Amino acid sequence: MEALTRIAREDRGRLLAALIARTGDFAAAEDALQEAFVAAHLHWPRSGIPDRPEGWLLRTALRRAIDRHRKGARDGQGAATLTLLAEERAPDPMDIPDDRLRLIFTCCHPALDLKSRVALTLRTIGGLTTPEIARAFLDRDTTMGQRLSRAKAKIGAAGIPFVVPGPEDWAARLEAVLAVIYLIFNAGYSGSPGRDLCEEAVFLARLIDHLRPGEAETEGCLALMLLTHGRRAARIGPDGATVPPAHQSRTLWDAGMIAEGLATLDRAIARHTPGPFQIKAAIASLHSAPPPTDWLQIALLYDSLLRMEPTPVIRLNRAVAIAEAGEPAAAWRLLEPLLQDLAGYQPYHAATADVLARLGRIAESRAAYARAISGVASSADALFLTHRCANLPE
Amino acid sequence: MQYMALIYSDPALGPRHGTPEFATMMQGYTAFTTMLREAGAFVSGDALQGVDTATSVSVTGGKVETMDGPFAETKEHLGGYYIFQAPDLDTAIRYAAMIPTASYGTVELRPLVVW
Repeated sequence: MEALTRIAREDRGRLLAALIARTGDFAAAEDALQEAFVAAHLHWPRSGIPDRPEGWLLRTALRRAIDRHRKGARDGQGAATLTLLAEERAPDPMDIPDDRLRLIFTCCHPALDLKSRVALTLRTIGGLTTPEIARAFLDRDTTMGQRLSRAKAKIGAAGIPFVVPGPEDWAARLEAVLAVIYLIFNAGYSGSPGRDLCEEAVFLARLIDHLRPGEAETEGCLALMLLTHGRRAARIGPDGATVPPAHQSRTLWDAGMIAEGLATLDRAIARHTPGPFQIKAAIASLHSAPPPTDWLQIALLYDSLLRMEPTPVIRLNRAVAIAEAGEPAAAWRLLEPLLQDLAGYQPYHAATADVLARLGRIAESRAAYARAISGVASSADALFLTHRCANLPE
Repeated sequence: MQYMALIYSDPALGPRHGTPEFATMMQGYTAFTTMLREAGAFVSGDALQGVDTATSVSVTGGKVETMDGPFAETKEHLGGYYIFQAPDLDTAIRYAAMIPTASYGTVELRPLVVW
C-alpha cells in the first residue's frame, strides 16, 4: 500500500499529535494509531483508499482509543467524551490542527532520559519504526521497544504535560529540543546504519522552524546541519580517506543546501539573539567559504562559544583553530592542560599529533598519531590519520 | 495530581545549624510552605530527624528484624518531604526547584498512586 506508507511517513506525527490532544493519553494514542494503520492495511486494498485517508485513520484510531478506554475505564465520563469526538464527521486533513509542536516538546521533555528523548522523537515525529531506531543505535529491537514503552508510560504516569512550554521555560526547553535534534544529526553523520538520520534531523529542525518561526537558535541549528550535510558527498576522498573541508572538491558540494544554510544563518544573525548553534553554524559557514580558511576568525568564534559552553571539547577546537591560524606554540600551551579531561577522547590525540608535528616534535607527534589511530571510530578517519603520520618528516 | 517531593542532601554540604545561612534556609522553607498553602497546593510536609535516628525494619518468616541505620547507605540522606497538588510535572518541577535544599542537594519527585 503505497498511499499508506506515504501517510505513515509524512502524516504519522500530525495524526498522533491530534490523537494525543483529543485523548490526553500518549501511550494509548500511539497504540490506537498503530491499530488504525493495521486496519487500513486490511480494508483499503479491498474497499479502496478513502476520500480523506488521514481523516479515516484519525477516526478509526479514536474508536480504538475509546474501546481501550472502556475496557480499562473506572468511570464512563472520558469514554463518553471520546465517543462524541469519534462521531464527528471524518475531519479533513487540513482541519486537523497541527499539534506536532506540543508533541515534540513532550518527547524532548528533560524528565526523560536523553536516549529515550531521541528514540521517542524519531518514533513519533519522524515516523521511524522501532526496528529502524534500534538499528540506528545498535540496540536490539526488544531493548528499544522496552525503552520506548517505558518512556511513554512515564509521560502518562508522571504527568508530563502535552503542551508547548510557556515563556518562562521556553528558552531552556527549546535548547533541549534542539540538542535532541542535533544528537540525531550526529548519529547520522557518524554513519549509523539504516534510515538517513541526518535527513531526519534536518526535517525536524525545518518542522520546528515552520511551526514556531523566528527563533534564532532553531535557525542556527538548521543552518549548521545544512552547511555540514551539504558537504557530505565530498567528505571522503576517492582513496577512502576523510578530506578536511578546505581540501574538499567543491563541485561535489550540494550548492543548493549550502546556499540555504547560509541564508538561514543570515536570518538568524539578523535577530541579534546570539546562541551556541548560531556560532557553530557561523564556524561551519567559514569552512564553506572559498580558501584560504579564515582560522583566526574561527578561533574568535570559539572564544565566544567558550563563554556559553565552557567545555574541554570547545577548548580543544579553539586550540586547533589557533594552530591552524599559524600559532602552534600557543595552541600547544592550550592543549597540554586538556590531557587530563580528554585523554580518552580520540580527536584530542589527533589534534596534539598535528600540533606537535608543526612544532617539529616528530617522535612525540608519531606517538600521538598512534594513539589517535588506535581510538578512531571510522575507517575513513583512520586512513586520513595514517596518511598524515606517514608524511611526517624523518 | 499529587506529587511527593523527597528531599535528599549530604549533611556535610548543607548550612550548619546556628549559622546565618541556616536561618536563611529555614526562612526559605517557611516561605515555600506559605506559597504552597496560598496556591492551595499544600497537602503535607515534614522534616525528618537525622539518619542516626533511623531504624530499618523487615519481617522474614514472621520474624521481625531490625537494623540500626537507614535502608540504603548513601552520602545523600532523605531529610524531609512535601506532598503537593500540581496539574502536571512542569508545575511540580517548578515547585521542587523552590525547595531550599534543591540548591545543594536533590529533590526526587514521585507522583502518588491514585487508587
